[in-house]
Amino acid sequence: MANTSKAPANGGGNRGGKGNGGPVTFLEAIKQAMFEEMQRDPAVVVIGEDVGVYGGAFKTSEGLLEKFGWERVIDTPISESAIIGAACGMSYLGLRPICEMQFIDFIVCAFNQLTNFVAKGHYLWNAPAPIVVRGPSGGGVHGGPFHSANPEMYFVHTPGLKVIYPSTPYDAKGLLKAAVRDNNPVLFFEHKYLYRRIKEELPSEDYTVPIGKAAVRREGKHLTILSYAAMMHNSLEAAEALAKEGIEIEVIDLRTLLPLDEETILKSVKKTNRVLVVHEDTKTGGIAGEIAAILCEKAFGDLDGPVFRVTALDTPVPYSPPLEEHFLPNTQKIVAAAKELARY
Amino acid sequence: MRKELTRQQHLDLYYYMRLNRAVEDTMVKLFRQNKIVGGLYSSLGQEAISVGTAFALEKKDWIAPMIRNIGALLVKGVPPRDIFTQHMAKYTSPTLGKDGTSHFGDLEKLHIVSPISMLGDLIPVMTGVAMAGRYLGQKIVAMTWIGDGGSSTGVFHEGLNFAATQKAPFVLILENNGWAYSTPVRRQVPLENLADRAKAYGITSYIVDGNDVADVYSTAKEAVDRARAGEGPILIEAKTFRRMGHAQHDPAEYVPKEMREYWEKRDPILLHKKFLTDKKLLDAKTKKEIEGKIEALLSKDRDFAEDSPMPPPELAEQGVYCTGDDCHKIRAKWERPIAEVTPPKSIIDASWVVEGFGRGKSSGGAQAPIHFGDTAQSEERKEVEEKLAPAGPVEIVTEKVGAAKSAKNAASNGRKAEKARADKDFPRGSGQADATNRNGVAKVVAKSVKAAAKAPAKSLARKGRR
Repeated sequence: MANTSKAPANGGGNRGGKGNGGPVTFLEAIKQAMFEEMQRDPAVVVIGEDVGVYGGAFKTSEGLLEKFGWERVIDTPISESAIIGAACGMSYLGLRPICEMQFIDFIVCAFNQLTNFVAKGHYLWNAPAPIVVRGPSGGGVHGGPFHSANPEMYFVHTPGLKVIYPSTPYDAKGLLKAAVRDNNPVLFFEHKYLYRRIKEELPSEDYTVPIGKAAVRREGKHLTILSYAAMMHNSLEAAEALAKEGIEIEVIDLRTLLPLDEETILKSVKKTNRVLVVHEDTKTGGIAGEIAAILCEKAFGDLDGPVFRVTALDTPVPYSPPLEEHFLPNTQKIVAAAKELARY
Repeated sequence: MRKELTRQQHLDLYYYMRLNRAVEDTMVKLFRQNKIVGGLYSSLGQEAISVGTAFALEKKDWIAPMIRNIGALLVKGVPPRDIFTQHMAKYTSPTLGKDGTSHFGDLEKLHIVSPISMLGDLIPVMTGVAMAGRYLGQKIVAMTWIGDGGSSTGVFHEGLNFAATQKAPFVLILENNGWAYSTPVRRQVPLENLADRAKAYGITSYIVDGNDVADVYSTAKEAVDRARAGEGPILIEAKTFRRMGHAQHDPAEYVPKEMREYWEKRDPILLHKKFLTDKKLLDAKTKKEIEGKIEALLSKDRDFAEDSPMPPPELAEQGVYCTGDDCHKIRAKWERPIAEVTPPKSIIDASWVVEGFGRGKSSGGAQAPIHFGDTAQSEERKEVEEKLAPAGPVEIVTEKVGAAKSAKNAASNGRKAEKARADKDFPRGSGQADATNRNGVAKVVAKSVKAAAKAPAKSLARKGRR
């Protein structure tokens, strides 16, 4: 994926006035969201490993401790279950904790706490748990098998959670704010490849981006690419390349994986009749399979060809650059698949 | 300590233990009539723990019961009908039939967090409850229970360790009933007293006779008061015995006959009744009144549960998500000025001060913090270190430690004010690891000195997770 200096068009809502500070990175957008939410509501606290004095492994919480103090920026031991569990307990008294997983790979250390305790509370005993669990995810930076994960689908399979995976600074900020204000537990995945590689001008005033709404990033008529996070940018690149060959691709950024915006997907399929799903997650059990099933159930008549997928391989994320590059989807793979699909 | 209790308190403890047992006796009957949908777990012989500990709490305090803590629910104010309808999976139950047993809670009025079947998970959750209560200025205490079996889970450790580092107002009752399903405690934990687990977290612990309700109550009361006063989490091991199997289906033939007989003679209700009778606190008339009250309440509540409908099937689809303010208005109840936790008042110098680790960002040179050497130590610990004090080249290291220490002491006066503030803001660790290995200690000291000479603050603050 090439460095994207210019952010893609924003698909959702009125953006309002531009900020004065110039374009900001994805990482800065997340920092701003946390800062502004803590400023807005004293019930918002940040909890995680090294989030305080150090400001987070990626410096996403830098400056929060200085401004809001020890009680609101809580450094913890290396205890992911304790972080999630304590955040859940805090939320029962009306707080809105933002938990940081130093790398999102470590979220599985708190799997039971999240899937059994946090996710089921509202359904079983009417106890909402307004917590956000956020952290850096994704590959492409040679982080190796334990620092490159895309574990979103473990949680998309868990009723009671919401799962967000943004691709632009604007969305990252707006969706993180929406997540903090949401009464449900929200997992917020931040693709670390995007952290410092893309910039975008953000509105100076408060805004949110609605959870559960996809965004049409590029209009097209020949086929639809559904993607999210870093792969959304590769999909746009592929669409640009194929436009030169006369193939007009519609690119949809899913943004939220749970709940999935079926309406936007189905509307696009009605128009283009061909669907390619692109994700960096591994193939088996990835969201592409779920989307293919939804299309079979609800849009079979609209399809002119099979649903294609371009995904990572069904292996752990390998460390060595040639291996990781082979493992990951990329623009060339998307172009090839899109060309084949366009022939139907 | 027993004289601290009034007659009424003694009678209340008796009432709740009797109610606890009567509720469970009723459920055994319902179970045998096939009216209980799932499993039925018994706290027979453990009533003094649930009742005595919960009785030590104030109304505003929070609890999270385990499966054998029906008594705690009753003390907290849960009506028996809720317990019956839960077990019978009725639409009128607190969870509308979505979950059974004691798996229900009440965030608004009674301050009860629902347990889940995975043991230990409540410990970090109640730590969070305690932290939030402190943050909001509510002066509450959070309490939960764990069994001897559950004390071996990973999340027990994560939760209690975190609670200790945070000095959370949290009381954990460890009910050692001797058995985790069929596995005796000796095969789970190589400790005589499970209270010793508290040492690993640097927290206070108590051991009580779990079948003596007055002992349980007065110990719990002391623990709750201390936790509320800011002394940090407290662990109470209550020694008792599980007289029934793991659940109704389990005849528990693996339990030695003698063990069962011993504990049957130590029935907590009988013991307390004998105490009350001996002290002339319970006469025949009062006893009859209590029994009558319980019988009337349970027969009414049992009828209510039996007459209640099952939930409509479509209910299964509802309630996965909170839909917003129309569903739940989530508002923190502030009992301290919000200004204290918002800028400009919340603005601080973002560097830690931890005993034995000096001051975070600005430490350097001669003031460098040393891991061992300048930490306040227990006498016991000093003895161990003296014994282990290495000879030869490493002695130089020891000298360096000493030098750095005195340099730090000299510089420490000017930092006292800061330190006092940070101590208040940031719960300190005890900084006392057990020195068990000669080489280990020498190595760490040498390494610390080396690190201190270069870039002390950074090298100690970094965690090296990758």
